[in-house]
Amino acid sequence: MDERDGFERRLQEARARQGLDKPKGVGRGGLPTGPWGIGFRAGLEVVSALGVGIAIGLLLDRWLGTWPWLFLLFFVAGAAAGILNVYRLFNPRRGQPD
Amino acid sequence: MAAEGKIDALHQFELEPVFGAIGRSVNFTQSNAFMLLAVILLSVLMIWGMSRRAIVPGRLQALAESSYEFVHELATGQIGDEGRRFFPFIFSLFMFILLGNLLGLIPYSFTFTSHIAVTFVLAAIVFVLVTIVGLVIHGWHFFTYFFPQGAPKLLAPLIIPIEVISYLSRVVSLSVRLFANMVAGHVMLIVFSTFVVMIGSAGVIGIFGAALPLLVTSVLYAFELLVAFLQAYVFAILTAIYLHDAVHLH
Repeated sequence: MDERDGFERRLQEARARQGLDKPKGVGRGGLPTGPWGIGFRAGLEVVSALGVGIAIGLLLDRWLGTWPWLFLLFFVAGAAAGILNVYRLFNPRRGQPD
Repeated sequence: MAAEGKIDALHQFELEPVFGAIGRSVNFTQSNAFMLLAVILLSVLMIWGMSRRAIVPGRLQALAESSYEFVHELATGQIGDEGRRFFPFIFSLFMFILLGNLLGLIPYSFTFTSHIAVTFVLAAIVFVLVTIVGLVIHGWHFFTYFFPQGAPKLLAPLIIPIEVISYLSRVVSLSVRLFANMVAGHVMLIVFSTFVVMIGSAGVIGIFGAALPLLVTSVLYAFELLVAFLQAYVFAILTAIYLHDAVHLH
């Protein structure tokens, strides 16, 4: 087993030297990172969170008959969630100890 | 459409029943037909491509194997070793969307991923699966996902709705991203290719004038090939990231 482990380690090192293995722990890499890609993603995250907030507010208002108060409340909450989404885009939750 | 001198860019997204009277009676549209075709092609690729099990793979087997390895690396890279359990799901999802996007680029075909109804259902499946996985693995502990560790308890009424909205907005952003990309690309393609016909019908000068939109259409088409792949990839990798969050919670 010892010899085998040594072999695995040396194989790893050789692969790393040749650049065959991608470095681990690049986080959420792999998504498009160009300025347009980030821009579209950030915009979409804000709009979709705002849309969900507005939808929840309107539905609750229709159900409880409290127009327009819950709509206003969830509009603000949706906007905050959108900002949170954009924040998460750049600072993912990963990295905290489990 | 060019005959009337105006551009009807959205006609290509209209649903029409296919397969004659039988299709009409059950509302079987081109969208369903192309979904079925994508599933058949995918099954043929995987079953027939892997049936020979050659040591030196042929073309079809190489395609099947490289797509398998590509998605496998994506799943295990994002989720970790637990990713293997979700690999079949992510693989089917990725290949289905990829084939849908690519089939849509064949002239006279239909892009089923250009309908929000289709992409929303796909995103909803992902959302429901992620939630169920989180609940099964963590039980009631899953709901701590909506409240960050160490935050003051007093702020809970403020933080929890915002986190829940943020969680729900994944369905919207995931589905709208794919849908909007496909619609925008196909509208641009039809607009520029209609220019070719419109300008080209204006005599000798027109034929030279049509060269520019023709060039733009060719470049756009190549770009759309990239978008078709990239959007399927983004959908798959976001699914993997959401699954990672559900498995590891933070």
